[in-house]
Amino acid sequence: MGERSNLRLVILSVLVISLMATLLVRLFYLQVITGEGYRVAAQSNTLREVATPAVRGLILDQAGRPLVANRTSLVVTVDRVTLQREPDDGAAVIERLAQILDASPASISDRLMTCGAEGAKPPPVCWNGSPYQPIPIARDIDAQTALSIMERRVNFPGVTAGLEAIRTYPAPFDVNAAHLLGYLGPVTEEALTEQGDSTAYDRLRRTDVVGRFGLESTYDEAIRGKPAVTTLEVDTAGRITKTLEEKPAVAGDYIVSTIDARLQHLVEQQLVAAVQRAQAQGYPGDSGAAVVVDVRNGHILAMASYPTYDPAIWVGGVTAKQYQDLMDSDALSSNAIQGLFAPGSTYKVISTAAAAREGFSLYSKYQCPNQVKLGTQTFRNFESAGYGPITLKRAIEVSCNTVFYGIADKMWNDAGGNDANRNSPDPIAETARLFGLDAKTGIDLPGEATGRVSSRTFKVANWEQKRDTWCANAISGYPETRKTNPGQADYFTALDRENCADGFRWREGDALNAAIGQGDTAVTPLQMAMAYSAIANGGTLYQPQLVKAIIGADGKVVKEIDPVVTDRVEISRTAINFINSALQGVTANGSGEAPFAGFPLAQIPVASKTGSAQVTGNKVSTSWFASFAPANKPRYAVVMMVTQGGTGSKTSGPSVRKIYEGIFGVSGSTVNPATSVLVDGAPLKRLPTVRPDGTPVAPRGKMSGQAAAPGGGSP
Amino acid sequence: MSAFSTTDAIARPPAPGRSRGSSYWRDLDWVLVVAAIGVTIFGSVLVWSASRADMASANDPQSYLKRHLINVVVAMVLGYVASRLDYRWLRAYTPIIYIVSVLLLLVVFIPGLGTSIAGARAWIDLPGGFTIQPSEFAKVAIIMMMAAILAEKRDVESEPHDRDVLMSVGVAVLPILIILVQNDTGTVLILGSVALSVIAVSGARRRWVIGLIGGAVIGILLALQLGLLQSYQISRLTSFLNPAGEPGGATYNSTQARIAVGGGGWTGYGLFEGPQTQGKFVPVNESDFIFTVVGEELGFIGSALLILLICVILWRAIRIAMKADDLYGRLISTGIVAWLAFQTFENIGMTLGIMPITGIPLPLVSAGGTSMMSTWIAIGLLENVRLHSARSSLT
Repeated sequence: MGERSNLRLVILSVLVISLMATLLVRLFYLQVITGEGYRVAAQSNTLREVATPAVRGLILDQAGRPLVANRTSLVVTVDRVTLQREPDDGAAVIERLAQILDASPASISDRLMTCGAEGAKPPPVCWNGSPYQPIPIARDIDAQTALSIMERRVNFPGVTAGLEAIRTYPAPFDVNAAHLLGYLGPVTEEALTEQGDSTAYDRLRRTDVVGRFGLESTYDEAIRGKPAVTTLEVDTAGRITKTLEEKPAVAGDYIVSTIDARLQHLVEQQLVAAVQRAQAQGYPGDSGAAVVVDVRNGHILAMASYPTYDPAIWVGGVTAKQYQDLMDSDALSSNAIQGLFAPGSTYKVISTAAAAREGFSLYSKYQCPNQVKLGTQTFRNFESAGYGPITLKRAIEVSCNTVFYGIADKMWNDAGGNDANRNSPDPIAETARLFGLDAKTGIDLPGEATGRVSSRTFKVANWEQKRDTWCANAISGYPETRKTNPGQADYFTALDRENCADGFRWREGDALNAAIGQGDTAVTPLQMAMAYSAIANGGTLYQPQLVKAIIGADGKVVKEIDPVVTDRVEISRTAINFINSALQGVTANGSGEAPFAGFPLAQIPVASKTGSAQVTGNKVSTSWFASFAPANKPRYAVVMMVTQGGTGSKTSGPSVRKIYEGIFGVSGSTVNPATSVLVDGAPLKRLPTVRPDGTPVAPRGKMSGQAAAPGGGSP
Repeated sequence: MSAFSTTDAIARPPAPGRSRGSSYWRDLDWVLVVAAIGVTIFGSVLVWSASRADMASANDPQSYLKRHLINVVVAMVLGYVASRLDYRWLRAYTPIIYIVSVLLLLVVFIPGLGTSIAGARAWIDLPGGFTIQPSEFAKVAIIMMMAAILAEKRDVESEPHDRDVLMSVGVAVLPILIILVQNDTGTVLILGSVALSVIAVSGARRRWVIGLIGGAVIGILLALQLGLLQSYQISRLTSFLNPAGEPGGATYNSTQARIAVGGGGWTGYGLFEGPQTQGKFVPVNESDFIFTVVGEELGFIGSALLILLICVILWRAIRIAMKADDLYGRLISTGIVAWLAFQTFENIGMTLGIMPITGIPLPLVSAGGTSMMSTWIAIGLLENVRLHSARSSLT
């Protein structure tokens, strides 16, 4: 054979070798260099997770009574994978199912569509979860329907009637506590976005139901537990080829609240009573709040808001109409932590503390005329009463405004009067800040409002924000109003011209108003309760808390939540003692005397302060009653308020008295701690115990309302 | 040269019957045999893994594997027969083999006998659920026929006559055209490369080689330009250039195949554990896409081992071609080398996304009886050439 043939055979051999080498290089590149990406792709091809949420933990009151529990509900679920294996894609099954559930086949098919699929209805009708997960199509069905489905399994391939745990409210002592407990709802888009591409098995899933408000929300992670997750391997047709991993569910933890159900009910009842008292006087009495705090640790023993609603309304999803009604009734938000109200004379403890800090004599006499004139403005005493020269203690007892005007006026002049700047001293506002009135208290509830303290700095900030509008109006001169009422237009224009020019200035009138809790000052009832607690306990400002421990469903303590001290108020022991005794005087022979007539004050001295705050636009004042007791050994602070409710003494006072009677076991003028609404006459130190089956052990005494199921067994 | 030849008898004293037989077993290229058996067994394991998921619900889940093993045994017997056939007899009967295989190629067009798989009308139905693919036998026949023509009547030092080259081109083009009509593009490309290689190694003048390459290129361009190919064929051929194209379309197979192979990493998921393989994400992974199975389940180590085993076969085949003592044997070996090499490259290359997707099996590895048989016949022919050369070298 010729050289040419040999040469060409060699060329062919080289070609063959290079072809094979190419394959090896390409193989190495695909498998070793870029292999990881393909492994991820293979996983998303074949791995499917089926997650079943764990049973949510209970919310217990301080004595172990369930405030929120679970009950079982019969739910019909459809496994779409099984259905699709039917010759007609399950159309006949859906038809039969529709008949038995008294629904239209289309409505069932809609529920079986995966959200985002072609022709799918928007959520919550479409299915937001994994197509490998049984899809619930009917909840809370009756046992007969469930039975007829389960008895004819052949007719219903892929259909299961099973049990599902849903929230129930045992309402011991008919307690409501809607604003504390909160409610559940579908997980929000934000929460899902926040956790990013997490692949943790206990991550939030689109089908998850989470706490959306109240304790359910704050402690959601603990209450939620960890879901049961089965990881499946599926083939190209979606059939399950292998079960890779089965993680059992971890039941949610129980929350032990500081709330006492029985006391909570009493407070709710008394808040309604106060509102009714206001309405009986012909006042609107449109909203209110009440707070009971343990002044020694910041535990909230009861907290109520009026109006309220039935927390069970959220179970199984609220209808659009129900939601609208809730919004219209203003019952959704908690006035105790979200409402901002002018504190009125209850704020005088702040002014008094400020006076003490500024070196004003606590024992000298101050003039209490019936009114003070400031230029064209007249600042009157309540009901224009004048007492002449009186002690500061007496001024607090009778709530003399003009004494505090005098103190505030001196402070204002000392700071430079109209020539002061934004950094000049502002003792009352500074003291209010010490008591936490311009900040969130940090309670373990979402949505808390930040208080507002009338001050030099607030005025400047407010002016900077509104100046442009004021100045524009000053120039335009309210042309619309002028057409009908030139006088009013002139007045508005003059006001805005002044505000535009020096609306930032902390005027004498501002200082006077601030001293008696009027003007721009607005606080939440909870802030006021915490400030009074600090006065009661000698100056410690606690962070209020609603939960004292998290315990496992097996009763083991997961976490005890210690009291948190927000701040120690810089105020002398003398000043604290002075305020304490002055507030006792209020109850003994001052503005708080009437509601406490006949109360055994000798055994249980009560320190209190009334408030009747004027609110611009409202004809009737906000009724406040802030207090603590026993004043000689303070333990409880009780604050109640009713908007457009009249005076503190007439409207809120009597209800606060009833609350103390309940706490201390007062009947008439006798004290019997055994009749206290609190078990053992005080909040319990020990934590509730839980039986092995998960049922909490409730204390002695009858409870009204349903018996609580621990978890509601899952199917 | 036959053991009965006179020269042989003179050169070597007559030996007892046993030693005559033992010379066959002694002179066999054992490296080639062992490598071919190794690849076949390797392939059978892969076929087993690939068919497990599909056959899981069948009455006999192993029935697919069993059928494959029957094919393997038949193929090896055919290979043995091919190695023992008389060299001259083989050459003499080549035209008949060629004509029979061309006729078989035409049988697929007879309604009721021919059948289509994946768009290619390239199979003949047999009773008992078996099918044969005549184009596989045609590969052998074309190589033998071209070798016979090009090696005929030649002085040792001269190149083949133009008339012989033209004729060899003719015997290649006829079956290629029939296969083209059958829509089996992959086989056409392989056969074209084989024919070109055989003509080149025959020592034909350079203008023939260049002319044929140019003709092939022009032919492909014309086919594309004149719309002779269906659009799905074009998209299948070009999808590898654009792997991110529409999912679910022509790119789906290619994407799933690469996910399977890429996911294998160094050592793979383990036999029977590949999620893409066992989840049936890769179509026809027991034949055309069989390489995805080794890629995913045995990783780079296993895949490279399989390629190296095939390289051993190619090395021995090239060696046999080099050492062949006549042009006929050399051209047969050359044709087989080109066939196995190009088909292996095209098959694995399409799995790895560097070659267009065509429906051709991986020799000795893929399920499919005809391919297994024709490849083993090719191995047998290689041994036959080798045995002939070994005996001639003794004279």
